[in-house]
Amino acid sequence: MNRQILRLVSWRLASAVVTLLIVSFTIFLATTLLPGDVAQILLGQAATPEAVAGLRKAMHLDDPAIFQFMKWLGGLASGDLGRSYANNMSVATLIGDRLANTLKLAAATTAVAVPLALTLGITSAINRDTLYDRFISGATIAIISVPEFLLATLAVLVFAVYLRWLPALSLVSDTQSFGGLLRIYALPVMTLTFGVSAQMIRMTRAAVIETLNTPYVEMAMLKGASRRRKVLWHALPNALGPIVNAIALSLSYLLGGVIIVETIFSYPGVAKLMVDAVATRDLPLIQSCAMIFCVGYLVLVTVADIIAIVSNPRLRT
Amino acid sequence: MTDRINNWTAADDLTVENAIRRGATRRELLNMLLMGGVALTAGAGILTRATSAIAATPVKGGHIRAAGWSSSTADTLDPAKASLSTDYVRCSAFYNRLTYLGEDGKISMELAESVESKDAKVWTIKLRKGVTFHDGKPLTAKDVVFSLKRHLDPATGSKVNAIAKQMTGFAAKDDLTAEVTLANPNADFPTIMAIHQFMIVADGTTDFSKGNGTGAFTCKVFEPGTRSIAERNKNYWKATGPYLDSFEFIAISDATARANALLSGDIQYAANMNAQTSRLLEGKPGITLTRSAMGNYSNINARLDLDPGNKAGFATGLKYLINRETIKTSVLRGLAEIANDQPVPPSNIYYNKELKAKPFDPEKAKFYFQKAGVLGKKIPVVTSEAVTAGVEMAVVLQQAAQDIGLDLDIQRVPSDGYWSKYWLKAPVHFGNINPRPTPDILFSLLYTSDAPWNESQWKSEKFDKLVLEARGTLDEAKRTQMYHEMQRMIAEDAGTVIPVFMGGIDATTSKLNGLRPNPLGGSMGYAFAEYVWLAS
Repeated sequence: MNRQILRLVSWRLASAVVTLLIVSFTIFLATTLLPGDVAQILLGQAATPEAVAGLRKAMHLDDPAIFQFMKWLGGLASGDLGRSYANNMSVATLIGDRLANTLKLAAATTAVAVPLALTLGITSAINRDTLYDRFISGATIAIISVPEFLLATLAVLVFAVYLRWLPALSLVSDTQSFGGLLRIYALPVMTLTFGVSAQMIRMTRAAVIETLNTPYVEMAMLKGASRRRKVLWHALPNALGPIVNAIALSLSYLLGGVIIVETIFSYPGVAKLMVDAVATRDLPLIQSCAMIFCVGYLVLVTVADIIAIVSNPRLRT
Repeated sequence: MTDRINNWTAADDLTVENAIRRGATRRELLNMLLMGGVALTAGAGILTRATSAIAATPVKGGHIRAAGWSSSTADTLDPAKASLSTDYVRCSAFYNRLTYLGEDGKISMELAESVESKDAKVWTIKLRKGVTFHDGKPLTAKDVVFSLKRHLDPATGSKVNAIAKQMTGFAAKDDLTAEVTLANPNADFPTIMAIHQFMIVADGTTDFSKGNGTGAFTCKVFEPGTRSIAERNKNYWKATGPYLDSFEFIAISDATARANALLSGDIQYAANMNAQTSRLLEGKPGITLTRSAMGNYSNINARLDLDPGNKAGFATGLKYLINRETIKTSVLRGLAEIANDQPVPPSNIYYNKELKAKPFDPEKAKFYFQKAGVLGKKIPVVTSEAVTAGVEMAVVLQQAAQDIGLDLDIQRVPSDGYWSKYWLKAPVHFGNINPRPTPDILFSLLYTSDAPWNESQWKSEKFDKLVLEARGTLDEAKRTQMYHEMQRMIAEDAGTVIPVFMGGIDATTSKLNGLRPNPLGGSMGYAFAEYVWLAS
């Protein structure tokens, strides 16, 4: 790796850290704007004002907001995420299992979606304007346009209710055997794959077509390179940057955007946790979840950028 | 047998089963069926089937997975904080109450052997002998005092702090006798002790994640917002039940997803199906629908202190204009009972049977609206998806209004914030009230002059006095008479229109038996786990 690449990469990493700080402050501002607080929500509508005030005092909610934020940020720096307002459990414990579940689901989806999307995208770029290419393009547009909750519900109706091949719920408690594991992940992974691959297929196709049209690929062809060599060796490395970026953007969605899939399949992931936290105004949990989403997003985008930098033939010497 | 009857559905079966449970005789039911056009042979078949569904003997064993509809990280095993159905189900499995409200609306003793008082002010609670907590600690009067006293501490965050405030003195007289003193006499004290939040926890408990109670199940796994696994308490003090070896409880918020999970066999119990999804499940082989509590209602409120509710006759006009039958049959698809504009449901022992619902009479309604001088004026009515069937009811009302020249402007507002922005505030708006165990709680919450939720701002000194008087009266006959009178006053004078009491439907696999209605809410007042059993 040469110096220029190193400089670019370290610049990229530093900006990621700064982004995180800005985000943590934004999260804090956003959460203070939410109407009501946890004491009000825990006590419900029948609560008397004195009861709310009493609980607020007992939970130290009367402390100035900025003080609470600094306390949380300080804890975060030392690896302590604090305790949930809603149930007094440690936030790290609450997030721990859920995050593992989300990552498992994301990994399974990635394992299916990325190879599938790359294969379909590259093959349709090579066979541009053939019937095959048109079919893939049409199908991806159709799938992008179908809302996820409809896809998920249809999948449940067909595979769980009528055919009875797969369970309608993805409960992690059912994962004792490998077969059981496959069964519970089948439907959510299928739904998510539909959702994220379409974008990746279209981006891959576009990027490969663009590089196939460049002079150096034409040159390679004139020199007698085979079709396969032309695509895999000459075109693909140059198209890698935009493709990896498209993949990163699609995958980042798997961290926090899968709330519908989690709801329909009762999958205990971290997206539903965040929604719960907002509903109960559980600030330590909201802030920690938001930070995790942000870190995940930054990691994906940063890795994609680094891959793009490293794979850029112009920066190789 | 049922093939010969047109339009006979599982919901009709439920009606018959419920009628039998309420004590209707075979002859009465057959007459009812004959009048409805059902042939004698078919009718007899229906009755045999319905009776056998009730009479089967429970067997022990088995595991089920049950799904409620609401769950979040705020899920708790602390009975004082319990607020969602999910909490109620879990707490009912792990803990017991001093008293229990049965399906007949009558109080029976649970952890208490007796709850007695001479003056309705000082109550003596005698506890059962030989009851132990899951960790082996025997139940004593100290646990009772600790459990009740916690509700007064703001740091506990108790949901029933307002009700608990009337308890001013606590004493453990001996190991098995506790004494509670009230600020003012309240004859309902034994019934109040049946409310979910007043379950008994062990003295000094601060960590509630273990669910250490005296209940039918012990807590094996509890993950807030995700699931819990309960196992049968082998040392349970009751001779009967629980029958299940264990049950897992989860929540599936989407009603369609819940129905699908039941159909695919992933769960054996789906609580609180709505009219649409229960139609989907109806008639599916292997699925049973059970109708539960009928104490919750959605109502129309005309504030009597604001225009147009302040014009004499307007509220009465609404009471004649609302087509209760249409709401029952079309909006709620038969899952309802006609109500008579007051909040005490027919399952309550103090329900006033003599008080009839006002009939749908557009002409009479027109007369009253003319009197109020509102015909031809545009009257805004605020409703929302947040109110169960509120939008549909508003449309039924609007159509009837059009026919008599009354212009109701239905304003459908977002669910988010409905309860803080519009409910209790807009001149004419919809409300939604959950069942409460005693008329006293309903009245002092909704109808006394100082009631926090006085939906129509109805004020009556006579009524306030009656509420206080009835509360302190131990003579049942006298008390009943007073409650009947109060129901009449509300139905006539308050600005609230209560068209029907709504039913809930729990859907289960047909192998699951023993589910019954309970006045404390759906799923047998959320305590189903202790009573249901799985046929092998």
